[in-house]
Amino acid sequence: MRYLLRRLGFFVLTLWAALTLNFFIPRMMPGSPLQALRDRTHNKLSPAALNSLLSQFGFDPHQNIAVQYVDYLKNMATGHWGISIGGSLGVPVTKLIRQALPWTLGLVGVTTVLAFLLGTVIGIVAGWKRGGLLDGVVPPVFVVTSALPYFWVALLMILLFASGTNALLPNDGNYTNGITPGFTGHFIFDVLKHAILPGATILITAIGGWILTMRNNMITTLSEDYVRMGRAKGLSNRRIMYGYAARNAFLPNLSGFAMSLGFVISGAILVEYVFNYPGLGYMLYNATVNTDYPLLQALFMLITVAVLIAVLICDFVTFWLDPRARAKA
Amino acid sequence: MSAILATTTVVTGGPAPAHRHTGSGLWTAVRTNRKAMVGLIMFLIFLAMAAVPQLFTSVKHPNDAAQYASLTHPGSHHWLGTTQLGQDIYAQLIYGTRQSLVIALIAGFFATVLSVLIGVSAAYLGGIGDDALSLLTNVFLVLPTFPLIIVLATYAGKGNLLVVIVVLVVTGWSYGANQLRAQTLSLRNRDFLESARVRGERRSYVIVAELLPTMTSLIVANFLGAALYAVLTAAGLQFLGLGDPSSLSWGTMLYWSQNDGALQSGYPAWAIAPGICVALLGASFALLNYAFDEISNPALRPVRRIRVKRAHS
Repeated sequence: MRYLLRRLGFFVLTLWAALTLNFFIPRMMPGSPLQALRDRTHNKLSPAALNSLLSQFGFDPHQNIAVQYVDYLKNMATGHWGISIGGSLGVPVTKLIRQALPWTLGLVGVTTVLAFLLGTVIGIVAGWKRGGLLDGVVPPVFVVTSALPYFWVALLMILLFASGTNALLPNDGNYTNGITPGFTGHFIFDVLKHAILPGATILITAIGGWILTMRNNMITTLSEDYVRMGRAKGLSNRRIMYGYAARNAFLPNLSGFAMSLGFVISGAILVEYVFNYPGLGYMLYNATVNTDYPLLQALFMLITVAVLIAVLICDFVTFWLDPRARAKA
Repeated sequence: MSAILATTTVVTGGPAPAHRHTGSGLWTAVRTNRKAMVGLIMFLIFLAMAAVPQLFTSVKHPNDAAQYASLTHPGSHHWLGTTQLGQDIYAQLIYGTRQSLVIALIAGFFATVLSVLIGVSAAYLGGIGDDALSLLTNVFLVLPTFPLIIVLATYAGKGNLLVVIVVLVVTGWSYGANQLRAQTLSLRNRDFLESARVRGERRSYVIVAELLPTMTSLIVANFLGAALYAVLTAAGLQFLGLGDPSSLSWGTMLYWSQNDGALQSGYPAWAIAPGICVALLGASFALLNYAFDEISNPALRPVRRIRVKRAHS
């Protein structure tokens, strides 16, 4: 229990650090965001509306910075994220995010988990058969694929499968314009078709790291005495492979997953951008282009929360799989 | 990046490498590792391109507009065609190496220095100091860095090279610090450090002259990982238009090719070639990194080579 409480404490602390960065970065940077806000909203918002918008963000020049900071934290926690001052001026940030979130969860969430699980299984098999065909091919190939830039793989995908007059697959957006969304076979098929290329891009670039980690962990674990003990007892290969070696080799991979998640999300932002996929990453890019500070802040917070939740889930799974973690608690 | 970094396993057991001859030992290890050699040769080619681009192309000012016909296909005259503005793509590619490589090396270097400082001192200090530094490291490990970089680059003004490098350092050190801390912890109570302490050496001497040399391969691996991270992230930032669009690097080439719709209008070489360069430079760092992992953890080496050695002996 103490272990879990410590992890929860870490969760809260990191979230607080991210929120604090979010608060101070605009205030430390040259060029006042206030001025940018005024410029952007020039003639579009009345001075009174602008003032209320600013105070909603804690940008209140008449107030002490500590008060501003507390107000800001309160607003972030209670979902008062303000209104967009970018492309869709005046729309509440929460509404914009609610539209984009399912697409990112569906595309990035599913492919990331898939890449992790698939990579782990391939790594187990490659590490098990040392010197086999798979083990000879795996390291050099996946060292190279894991160094590929996400956006470039995305461009390559478009070039190979989606350019020219007889494009095999769509490369733009989440579904064909004009189709009415709903639980119809036609719509679902269309959404899946649009997700193939961006999904494949994330899968190809993300999987390499996990295969390599898992393979290396497997090799290290296979030389442990308890594996030899399992062999001596005459256990089946399958039992040793999954129950003895892989179960232990999986633990560092799990914490590696939590750590490299941030990188996958970065890649996903670029992938969404290349494919014009209307998820959070694409929205973050647009918020940057339009210097839409309220949206930018809310998105950064949300992405941090998403990564932290994943880290927390990994912690819980470690706790469940590893008796040592439970014993320490 | 972290995906690649995650493959670097910290070896806790085994004898400490003979640190009197670390330099030559490392070189022998690199020379006999095929992955390391491939990575090293690729890196040296890029280094040559960055240092003396004149050797590779006759174009003097690759970024000047309207030197040639706009948008030609790859051919004998322009190996990779020309851009919308009439610049030779091959020449841009050669000259663009410099900025991409400089960002990678400088950001990688300072990120490594930071991770050595923080990781080693955390493990050496112990107690509250260790707790505070480890917490800092862990917070930076899970903060989503790329969105943070985008936010920072937006506020700090687009295109400032210094800002890009600083941001890459600030966001790139944590993984290495974590690893170096673990490694230092496992070495802390070894006999060779104990004997140095008994001899009455100063703490700084023990760290610099006794401890750090035993971790050379891990530090080098960390540098390579940080450099790989810097290459990919800088290219991504520039691709989004957050670099300096008027400077010349692979990332900005990709930005302009995307901006002018190179793929859609049938000039794929413009978009694909700079991406290949980013990928190759990244791959050279990744291959070297993986090779260093094999060097510090012999169990990971390809099985075939061991058999060959046995046959000879």
